[in-house]
Amino acid sequence: MTMSSTTGRPIADDPAVTLRRRWMAALARTERTSLEDAWSGLAAAPGYAHLRAPEIGMVMVRGRTGGTGRRFNLGEMTVTRCVVRLADGRLGFGYVAGRDRRHAELAALFDALLQDESSRPELMERVILPAEAAIRRAEDVAREKAAATRVQFFTMVRGE
Amino acid sequence: MTSLLAVPAAPGFADPVGDAQRAFRGLLDAIAHPGRIVSLDARVAAPAPLVPAAAAALLTLVDFETPLWLDAAAAAGDAPAWLRFHCGAPIVADPSPARFALVSDAAAMPRLDAFAPGEDAFPDRSATIIVQVGDLHAGDGWRLAGPGIETTCRLAVDGLPDWFADALRANRALYPCGVDLFLAAGDRIAALPRTTLVEG
Amino acid sequence: MYVAVKGGEAAIANSEMLLAETRRGDPALPEIGTAQIASQLSLAVDRVMTEGSLYDRELAALAIKQAQGDLLEAVFLLRAFRTTLPRFGASEPIDTARMVVRRRISATFKDVPGGQILGPSYDYTHRLLDFSLLATGGAPADAPRAPVDPGPMPHVLALLDREGLIEPERDSDAGAPVPDVTRDPTTFPTDRATRLQALARGDEGFLLALGYSVQRGYGRNHPFAGEIRLGEVEIEFTPEELGFPVTIGAATVTECEMVNQFKGSAKEPPQFTRGYGLAFGHSERKTMSMALVDRALRARELGEDVEAPAQDEEFVLYHADNVEASGFVQHLKLPHYVDFQSELVMIRGMRAAAAAGAPTAEPPLRVAVGED
Repeated sequence: MTMSSTTGRPIADDPAVTLRRRWMAALARTERTSLEDAWSGLAAAPGYAHLRAPEIGMVMVRGRTGGTGRRFNLGEMTVTRCVVRLADGRLGFGYVAGRDRRHAELAALFDALLQDESSRPELMERVILPAEAAIRRAEDVAREKAAATRVQFFTMVRGE
Repeated sequence: MTSLLAVPAAPGFADPVGDAQRAFRGLLDAIAHPGRIVSLDARVAAPAPLVPAAAAALLTLVDFETPLWLDAAAAAGDAPAWLRFHCGAPIVADPSPARFALVSDAAAMPRLDAFAPGEDAFPDRSATIIVQVGDLHAGDGWRLAGPGIETTCRLAVDGLPDWFADALRANRALYPCGVDLFLAAGDRIAALPRTTLVEG
Repeated sequence: MYVAVKGGEAAIANSEMLLAETRRGDPALPEIGTAQIASQLSLAVDRVMTEGSLYDRELAALAIKQAQGDLLEAVFLLRAFRTTLPRFGASEPIDTARMVVRRRISATFKDVPGGQILGPSYDYTHRLLDFSLLATGGAPADAPRAPVDPGPMPHVLALLDREGLIEPERDSDAGAPVPDVTRDPTTFPTDRATRLQALARGDEGFLLALGYSVQRGYGRNHPFAGEIRLGEVEIEFTPEELGFPVTIGAATVTECEMVNQFKGSAKEPPQFTRGYGLAFGHSERKTMSMALVDRALRARELGEDVEAPAQDEEFVLYHADNVEASGFVQHLKLPHYVDFQSELVMIRGMRAAAAAGAPTAEPPLRVAVGED
């Protein structure tokens, strides 16, 4: 068990939670259009209802004094959340930065679908892995461009 | 699978913005006119033992920044999961840090001094207690006076413990501190803020 | 005295139409889009998000467009909008050590693990107007890329911390509530978390001037820029109903860690002290100013005399917010006809008394009442 620093509540050190956090992160950070494409590419789109219709709100973003010290409130960030229930009763949660209701809804739908172990491998392959790869690619480009601005010091010897 | 907390079967408000605004208006009317019985017209199917007016008040007023205390009867069933999901409120076991409290079994409720009365510098840091009662009727019962009541008004409440009227008088003596109360029956609600004087 | 004055409805309506026309400028020119503002005036967007206290590039761009580029007006618009949204909760604290770093410099050590990475910076430009930008068209060449150093890029101050040379920065009380100046009235003395939130929202110009004053000697300070880093961090949030943190997206932030004058006591050997700055977007001047003022405001807790404006927490925190400051200064434009009439009556009376040879009295101090 580890402790959640926000709530002080224990969070399960559970591989299932780790995996779900991974796909929820990919669903939140990918482009909405790629989720829309994946949704329309499903063989049979499942029926669903909103347990919580897409709703725009904010999360207070926190930092730490000195980067590692006590928490403080930096400022808020817009976020949209949605909770769906599939016909079989499974629930999916979407929490996505920004104000795109459809993105939050699609994230919730795929979160629900990914909980079904029979359809998970295909969805990981078709939706999550490409999303993670795109995120990593963008990060790599940023890092490589930054690396080109790294200072290569050389020392000039003066005098004796 | 991975959700540690039960997620409720029942939805909250059908129209979260419109329904919450209507309920807020009703709660405002009630607390601005202590003793007046207001129908919240709440379209909400809350889990037992929550009655519609209490459920609507909680959905409207409670959020993640207001710790909520539930009495034993309310804490036992599906209500905690429903409230945690729809309000996002942390549910606390001890009444003293609670900013809102729900009493579903009035006969067994704790004394009012179990709840936070606020501080002289910050009297707003007090608890608002929603008590589910048997019934509310106007025209007889307690004689109420104070801010929001032009002369006096009458309110009869079924199902409160014997000590309640004395506790209300003690609560008023704490002013500007003290707790505020809503009494809910069905989908109707009446307020007894800390400013209200209870006679008889 | 309060006097209600009515009138001006038509004038106000027409003023707003004229404003809309003025905002649009020459209709023969293409209208600027919020995506263009978000992308090409990104540092303005960053400032508006930081001081508007809301991370949303599109909304900040809209506010800048609506305010005709008046960034303080845009901050006001964003602050007003944020009051209409529910808050779902607070994020996990961001971990700047795990940042995807685009810029990272240290003025205290030349050779630091991960190196000195200049990133996109105006520091080495010649501040000569670039007339090639007058002509539009033509994308700049792709910025070069280089292999990424696979090693870690630790916080520079962690190196000093490891040797015990700087005061440690630990979360000694992880369960403690986090104060929020947007929820609770500020009471003095404040704690550092309250001050850092207020400084993050504070006006960059005000903090810059205060930081400058500290360097010029108004307040004990001897700062070094230990590290400045810019990049993207993931934002994690724990929904109450899930009970575990989920990543909701990423945000660009700038962080500045200042190394300051030592502190020591009979029990503790001398150590460097810290000042900290953190802001949304690429906000380097802001975070440096914030770190200087953060350190200055720690005077009391570090046992220093409070002598200079930047060390006076009431002075700094009550005047740092440009929405409050702008509102109170600009309210002077509102009708004060009755207030001023009373002063006219008074000064005429005093002049008449003076002319008659009576002793003159000091005029009473004007207090904000009545029309105020």
